[in-house]
Amino acid sequence: MFRRFTNRPEQGVTITVDGREISAKATDSVAAAMFAAGITTCRTTVVDARARGPYCMMGVCFDCLVIVDGIGSRQGCMTRVRDGMVVESQKGRREIGR
Amino acid sequence: MTEPYLPEICDFAVIGAGPAGMAAAATAASLGLSTVVLDEQPAPGGQIYRGITEAAAATRTVLGADYERGRELVDALAASGATYCPGSTVFDVSPAGEIAFLLDGQPRLLPARRILAATGGQERPFPIEGWTLPGVMTAGAAQILLKQADLVPSGKIVLAGTGPLLWLLAAQILGAGGTIALILDTTPKRNWLAALRHLPRFLASPYAVKGLSLLARVRRSVKVIFGVSHLRAVGEEQLRAVAYRTSGGETTIQADTLLLHQGVVPSLHLPDTLGCRIVWNEEQRAFQPEADCWGATCVDHVAVAGDGAGIGGAQAAALRGRLAAWDAAHRLGRINRPQRDRLAARDLAALERDLAARRFLDVLYEPLSRFRVPTGDTIVCRCEEVPADRIEALIAQGVLGPNQLKFFVRCGMGPCQGRLCGLTVTEMFAAARGISPAEIGYYRLRTPIKPVTVAEMASLPFGEQADKAVVRL
Repeated sequence: MFRRFTNRPEQGVTITVDGREISAKATDSVAAAMFAAGITTCRTTVVDARARGPYCMMGVCFDCLVIVDGIGSRQGCMTRVRDGMVVESQKGRREIGR
Repeated sequence: MTEPYLPEICDFAVIGAGPAGMAAAATAASLGLSTVVLDEQPAPGGQIYRGITEAAAATRTVLGADYERGRELVDALAASGATYCPGSTVFDVSPAGEIAFLLDGQPRLLPARRILAATGGQERPFPIEGWTLPGVMTAGAAQILLKQADLVPSGKIVLAGTGPLLWLLAAQILGAGGTIALILDTTPKRNWLAALRHLPRFLASPYAVKGLSLLARVRRSVKVIFGVSHLRAVGEEQLRAVAYRTSGGETTIQADTLLLHQGVVPSLHLPDTLGCRIVWNEEQRAFQPEADCWGATCVDHVAVAGDGAGIGGAQAAALRGRLAAWDAAHRLGRINRPQRDRLAARDLAALERDLAARRFLDVLYEPLSRFRVPTGDTIVCRCEEVPADRIEALIAQGVLGPNQLKFFVRCGMGPCQGRLCGLTVTEMFAAARGISPAEIGYYRLRTPIKPVTVAEMASLPFGEQADKAVVRL
């Protein structure tokens, strides 16, 4: 769990994560915005279908993979939020065609 | 900073905009080299100065004066005339020096006369039971959230491991109004003895005062358990507790977030792709590209700088960046050798002092072998979910090395391309055979070193190399 320690304005960016609307700062990565909203799990693994969340936040571990605007296996920690962005958690392997 | 208008060919391409990359680019551009900085992040700073151009005043206060130093580097880069391209993900470099990268989802090629890999480091893998559970992250990850998103961990927070970053992060969490339930220090006690001979040079450096005051500040308000020899993250689909063992027995503590850290190691993917020879550094227990004091590698047109050239921290990174830039200016004919040596003399001396002071930290914070060589069902390869006992069994059966291991269990073949298991696998082989990791070697790394779609690759403009590859002579 994480909370913001400054009261900087959120600058009105809203994204949806698995259908739920969350607000974010314009400079947030998708993974950071999810943490701020209390979401710690972003996918299930390919082999054993176990829950995973972001681990390194710097593009190394690839555990933060999510589906962003219909495109699978995007690194949540390396992708900046955009107003209206649609994020889905990725269940298992990336689906063919997205 | 100028708009990212890319020249047909540049003199000096710098990959990475951390302290090394920023210092190198600013110096090279000031010497008249056409310089391009390609960086994956949306803003300059690398990991150490992450978010420096965007951070709120309150965040900068929490991060302190060392963080503010990043400003000077960003300002120097902006004033230098170097072309800065944020959001540029380098995924391949041809032997001729054509850099292939994605910018806004578009693949591009940039030929460069000289290339500086300044891609920094990453945290050393910390494979303990349960380290794949949501709620377990690296200390660096929590620090990135602090720097870039003004997020401080809340709930029951446990920090575990060894190394300066653990203490720095603890101080920063406290500074941001967070609370820490417990710090579990895994530094082996015998390391102190080994580190003693490096203590005088450490005490003579600015690191000593900073480090000691940091330790004092954290220990005043957080409970610290020293001599932790076993660690386990407990939970099913989410971290619930942390179990740890000391000479006094095993204890379990409820936890919402476990932040792990046991040092930083160089990122190898780009230097390896560039053809640099990768060698083992016994003092830092990590692989790094072989390079001289200018960062020059065995590949004529390639240099390395910053933590990617061997861990030295932010100050050393900036120094190494400048040294690489002066050497580049010399090699490209802008300055002669005596000019280079004159310009670099002070930085060379400073670098030597800095690295000598840090040896104490390398020895003191060398992680316990148990935390480098996992056993049982602890996951080694997070992507392909390969546990330690399967790897142990294959090693016992005579698998030749890390590369052959891939064929049997796909270890290191997932999306992270071995970044989170490479060192562990090498250390496991070395431990089982009783030889140095230097003799085992590292994974052979493959391009593309960052995810890129076939469609993106196919839309690359054809270069001379590509023509040669398909035209029969």
